[in-house]
Amino acid sequence: MDTNQYLEIFIDESKEHLQAMNEHLLELEKDPVNIAIVNEVFRSAHTLKGMSATMGYEDLADLTHKMENVLDAIRNHKIAVTLEIMDVVFSSVDDLEAMVNDISSGGDGKRDVTEIVTKLLEIEQGETVLSPEVKGEEPPLSLKSDFQYDEFERTVIEQSKEQGFTCYEVAVFLRADCVLKAARVFMVFEVLEKCGEVIKSVPPTEKLEEEKFDEYFTVTLITKEPAEDIEEKVKKVSEVDQVTVMEVTNLSMNGSHQEKAAPAQEPKQIDVKKEINPEVKKRDDVKESKHAVTNKTIRVNIERLDILMNLFEELVIDRGRLESISSELNHSELNETVEHMSRISGDLQTIILNMRMVPVETVFNRFPKMVRQLTRDLNKQVNLEIIGAETELDRTVIDEIGDPLIHLIRNAMDHGIEMPADRIAKGKPAEGTVKLKAYHSGNHVFIEIEDDGAGIHKDKVLRKALDKGIVTEEQVLTLSDRQIYELILASGFSTADVVSDLSGRGVGLDVVKTTIESLGGSITIDSVEGSGSIFSIQLPLTLSIISVMLVEVEKEKYAIPLSSIIETAIVKKDEVLNAHNQQVIDFRGKVVPLLFLENIFSVPHQDDEDRFYSIVIVRKGEKMAGLVVDSFIGQKEVVLKSLGNYLTNVFAISGATILGDGQVALIVDCNALIK
Amino acid sequence: MSETSAPSAVKVIAFQLVDKEYALPVHQVYSIEKLMHITRVPGTVPFVKGVINLRGVVTPIIDLRSRFGLVDEKYDDTTRIIIAALDDMEVGLIVDGANDVLDIPLDAIEPQPEVVGSMGDEYITGVAKLEKRLLIMLSLEKIFK
Repeated sequence: MDTNQYLEIFIDESKEHLQAMNEHLLELEKDPVNIAIVNEVFRSAHTLKGMSATMGYEDLADLTHKMENVLDAIRNHKIAVTLEIMDVVFSSVDDLEAMVNDISSGGDGKRDVTEIVTKLLEIEQGETVLSPEVKGEEPPLSLKSDFQYDEFERTVIEQSKEQGFTCYEVAVFLRADCVLKAARVFMVFEVLEKCGEVIKSVPPTEKLEEEKFDEYFTVTLITKEPAEDIEEKVKKVSEVDQVTVMEVTNLSMNGSHQEKAAPAQEPKQIDVKKEINPEVKKRDDVKESKHAVTNKTIRVNIERLDILMNLFEELVIDRGRLESISSELNHSELNETVEHMSRISGDLQTIILNMRMVPVETVFNRFPKMVRQLTRDLNKQVNLEIIGAETELDRTVIDEIGDPLIHLIRNAMDHGIEMPADRIAKGKPAEGTVKLKAYHSGNHVFIEIEDDGAGIHKDKVLRKALDKGIVTEEQVLTLSDRQIYELILASGFSTADVVSDLSGRGVGLDVVKTTIESLGGSITIDSVEGSGSIFSIQLPLTLSIISVMLVEVEKEKYAIPLSSIIETAIVKKDEVLNAHNQQVIDFRGKVVPLLFLENIFSVPHQDDEDRFYSIVIVRKGEKMAGLVVDSFIGQKEVVLKSLGNYLTNVFAISGATILGDGQVALIVDCNALIK
Repeated sequence: MSETSAPSAVKVIAFQLVDKEYALPVHQVYSIEKLMHITRVPGTVPFVKGVINLRGVVTPIIDLRSRFGLVDEKYDDTTRIIIAALDDMEVGLIVDGANDVLDIPLDAIEPQPEVVGSMGDEYITGVAKLEKRLLIMLSLEKIFK
């Protein structure tokens, strides 16, 4: 079978299924007992397997198959979900993504996946591994060691042994009628801490404090005192029934336990489950209701939409001509028809423009997984909240906005959110929050990245900026808070003391700024030291339509984007001042340099008897300039077009547009004119 | 033109420039337009005359006369814009007039003679002799550069 014609569909659908898998896996992680979610993942994996086998991508099908087996085992309650399993499943999805990307870029989708396949097989076959872990929650009646130490703890124990300390496991049984269990625990701990150092307890201390245990708990203690003394001391605490002290000798045995299932992570998982359950349930309901509405869609190449738009504009030009002809002829039936046509074409225009709008969801949906990965890499706890994912933006903007957002989210997580311990010390919850919010306002879309982290340290930023020569001492005095924060967007700036591979290379944020500005947007930063920062991005709804002011220079027409215009002015020629080779005007108390478009664009010159200059005051950031033109034509919404692939990098021209009479007018790039 | 559909022939658009006839392979030509309003684009090389609105697409225009360093002349009724496409670039070429669509047998095309003249010989891929006409085959790659 010739599969080429299906390739595009295959790639698109595979990507959709992978995305769906990612989303559901993230949900599953928060709600590990919900089999419905596993079923969703399973279904996607199954479809993907079938598709890739049909298309002849054996590796892809094979890996999906192995993953499916694991999912099947989970679904049949043979394996419980643990962080480790999730990690393996996530990385297999990563591999699948890499394969699909390879296929879409013309490769054969082959990839060495033996490692991940082995891991999957291990999980699949290690179904029984979990049982001791489950038992761990019940108090074992025998006094056998039920401790598992992670690598760090083992190192500590080994090192202390070398220094002549002994490590004991102290098992404490409280009396069954004990009323204030937490108080007793506290007293036991106090006693133990006087003897030596407590490095671990089962259940963990938070649970003990909340009295979430039966009569029994164990503590690992490093001390120099003999076992009998410890036993004696602990027994002195009232309501303690029985105490046993055992020396920890065989660490390697514990190690073998860990290899199988790493149950050290287990309590953590339970925590998550308990805390997040209700919320997840709620979200599930929403999800399900969404599923009920099936959208009927077709895929259309964006180029075709562009062509449709171009042709439509031609129609609009002809409509203008028809209108003027019909008003000349004054024929009532013709007038009616033309009017009707105008209304229809107006509706058509809205529809065509809306077709290019895509919800920001398509960009946002890749972030939860990224955040999950980053929290693991950074050892931080971060919760990503996404608000307004349904906000629509032009496709062209959507395509460009992904990378800047990734940078900003990474930045918020790396530099904004503190380590859990620091957060607790500051009285914040250990888990930081990063809010990603999108909403419409007027002709713009705003995207905000808000974190409740450390905020921006103003003095540190200023010092750094001075060091790097980004600002001068004199400038510092005049800067507003916001301007200081925005210094971190300057190129060659990085406040992180340690450069990590995530961010802090000092290249990220200035790229963000440039990208956003090239999209006709802007970025502002608000921050409160100690309680977080907000990066706010303002973007135009669409890149294809902009408001411009049309001006005339001699016989030529130019369009100046309204977004960079402050106002227009008419100035007498004798009011123009000369300042060091530069003609300037005094505009509302500010000295504004004049730029003669006629000279910049070397417009063929004709005699000019005017006593006045028509000036368009434009700005770039805080800087202003006055563009001298011959006359103002008026304001207009125009469709932005490129000059094509042949003419690239024309100085001070950002594009072109087609006017009502069918002629092309060039759009002035004010950013290039103001240095 | 006895062997019109023979595979050994290449279909070309022949056009006039000053006193010579030039040719471009037909697959590189998108359309032929009458002269329309050209918007000058400042800050470009002199042979780029500007851009036109080609059915909603802004298309740059090259004046072949100035590209080849020939004498400038006023555009008239026979002046045409040949819209040529190469890779993803679409460019209009101003010529004195579009003459013909012809099939040139491949064996009629000769490599460019060593001494062909002073003007623009680097844009030439070959010369085709067809009965009494001499067609100069052009290379779009070189013209666009």
